Amino acid sequence: MTRSPLSARRLLAWLLALTATLAACLLLGTALGAGRISLLHLLGWGDSPDAVQAVILWKVRLPRVLLAAVLGGSLTAAGVAFQAILRNPLADPYVLGVSGGASIGGVLALLLGLGRADSLLGGVGVQACAFLGALVALFVVEWIATVEGRLTVYTLLLTGAVFNAFSGALIFFIQSLASMEQLHAIVFYLMGSIPSLGYRTVGGIAFASLAAVVLLFLMARDYNVLSLGEQGAAQLGVDVERIKRRTFILGSLLTGLAVASAGLIGFVGLVVPHLLRLVLGSDHRLLLPAGFLGGAAFLVLADLGARSLLAPNEVPVGVVTALVGGPFFLYLMRRNRKRHSVL
Amino acid sequence: MSSETGYTLEVEHLHHAYGERQALEDVSLRVDPGEVVGLLGPNGSGKSTLIKILSGVLPGYRGQVRLGGRDLRGLPRREVARSLAVVPQEPVFSFPFSALEIVLMGRYPYLGSFAFESAHDVEVARQALARCDSLELADRPVQDLSSGERQRVVFARALAQEPRALLLDEPASFLDIRHQVEICDLMRSLADLQKLSVLVVLHDLNLAAEYCDRIYLMRRGRIETSGPTEEVFTYQNLTRVFETELYVDTNDLTGKMLVVPLSGRTRAKLERASPLPAPPTAGEERE
Repeated sequence: MTRSPLSARRLLAWLLALTATLAACLLLGTALGAGRISLLHLLGWGDSPDAVQAVILWKVRLPRVLLAAVLGGSLTAAGVAFQAILRNPLADPYVLGVSGGASIGGVLALLLGLGRADSLLGGVGVQACAFLGALVALFVVEWIATVEGRLTVYTLLLTGAVFNAFSGALIFFIQSLASMEQLHAIVFYLMGSIPSLGYRTVGGIAFASLAAVVLLFLMARDYNVLSLGEQGAAQLGVDVERIKRRTFILGSLLTGLAVASAGLIGFVGLVVPHLLRLVLGSDHRLLLPAGFLGGAAFLVLADLGARSLLAPNEVPVGVVTALVGGPFFLYLMRRNRKRHSVL
Repeated sequence: MSSETGYTLEVEHLHHAYGERQALEDVSLRVDPGEVVGLLGPNGSGKSTLIKILSGVLPGYRGQVRLGGRDLRGLPRREVARSLAVVPQEPVFSFPFSALEIVLMGRYPYLGSFAFESAHDVEVARQALARCDSLELADRPVQDLSSGERQRVVFARALAQEPRALLLDEPASFLDIRHQVEICDLMRSLADLQKLSVLVVLHDLNLAAEYCDRIYLMRRGRIETSGPTEEVFTYQNLTRVFETELYVDTNDLTGKMLVVPLSGRTRAKLERASPLPAPPTAGEERE
């Protein structure tokens, strides 16, 4: 595929198109689901919905759909950024260990009963503990992977992998201490599902995520040059160490926020960047914001699937993203097998 | 391309060690605008370390490096990248950018932190590609290119930096002979016409003899010999530094040195006919 270098016009055109797509997905996600509400009602035309429907719509479904969008966008942006600094299109947001730390925090909170609405931390005890776990993981991984003041890609990957494996073992250990009821909650949490949090919490998460994504976006041109290797980038004037460290921290915060809010939702941060790179090219100035919008739309749809597939029961959204994302990723890889340029 | 003159590259008493291992010892050299200076020596003699230090990516050295009279240590990275471009030994491409996008990365040190490349930048990049005989590669994904094509794209990227000095780390090693000559002609013309200072690491002694004004011969982290090419390229110097037997003659057409490696078989045959003098310093290790 040939394309001319990125211009501000092309960037804007794509972002507008993707914003429209996301808006459509948000509308769809809010309108559909158990207890269908017509699109007209949603837009305030026709008969106003009855009181129960209104509560479902505004108090339960809309905040959940919005949270799905924010988290899908965050995971994808983190995936793109990690792929850029690790110079590997197969990296995902979970590869550097933060997800392990967040899971430990969340699972521990469930074991200690901090997830109940009447507990010490209100309704968001699990989320708060998981985010704390993510922060601990971030600092531990950064501390271990820093050698002589430098964060090397190799040690970073290795530290992340070992940290995740260790977290896995620790989680099994915690599970063996849990009651049957707790175990159910833990398993469901780990498989990833999007909760209905209050607007203020969703707003806070959205604000933090957007801030981090904007900061990542400011490094987009550095990411482009970084694809020439760390030495090549440094010879063109990129402050490689600073870019790597900032990206690791911001990407880990985004990932930590996502895992803390909704558990482990896989494949979003891998498949969406991959697909977008095929369509849009490799320029991170486009890929990063497009990834945020595209990932948001993807997770809104996946969550809709999670709510609807076995309604009134729910499938964990992490299962949906893996079931859709896994085969789709393999299909893309196989289709482009001859063009080694993609992988 | 800029019509301004090049920057002198000066290195004085440079030392560098990787941990315990001394990689460079008391290296001094100088490249003036308009010169093509060859840096030659066996593998591991410190050439790449020297290139890294000169391009500002390896701190922690002792000694002085000056670029256009200014101390390298005091220069911001982007400033260095605007003055000096590097053509690396093995270019890395992690994502399928197009060749033109790769060349445009050469404009990085000129752009504000969030500017888009202007029409002027694109024009500079296209001209750079054209000068490297690679304009037809502009829209191809760089990972689909042959290694020779990639090398030309990387050379074009260096030109797009509009540098005052050029460091080339074996720029011709992956190229076929025609493209070797073309790249080296280009390097020569940048020195001759734009008065760039060019420092080039070469393994091909004949290319060095043909293109370089002066030569620094390195061995074990030190400059062993230096001077005008015809003075440095002697049988004694070359066999001592490279520790192998060579056939050295004069190229009838150019009057320059002609160096041919000799296989073990040939050496044995010659030895039977009339014993060769052992290469001076490596003598004790040879039969």
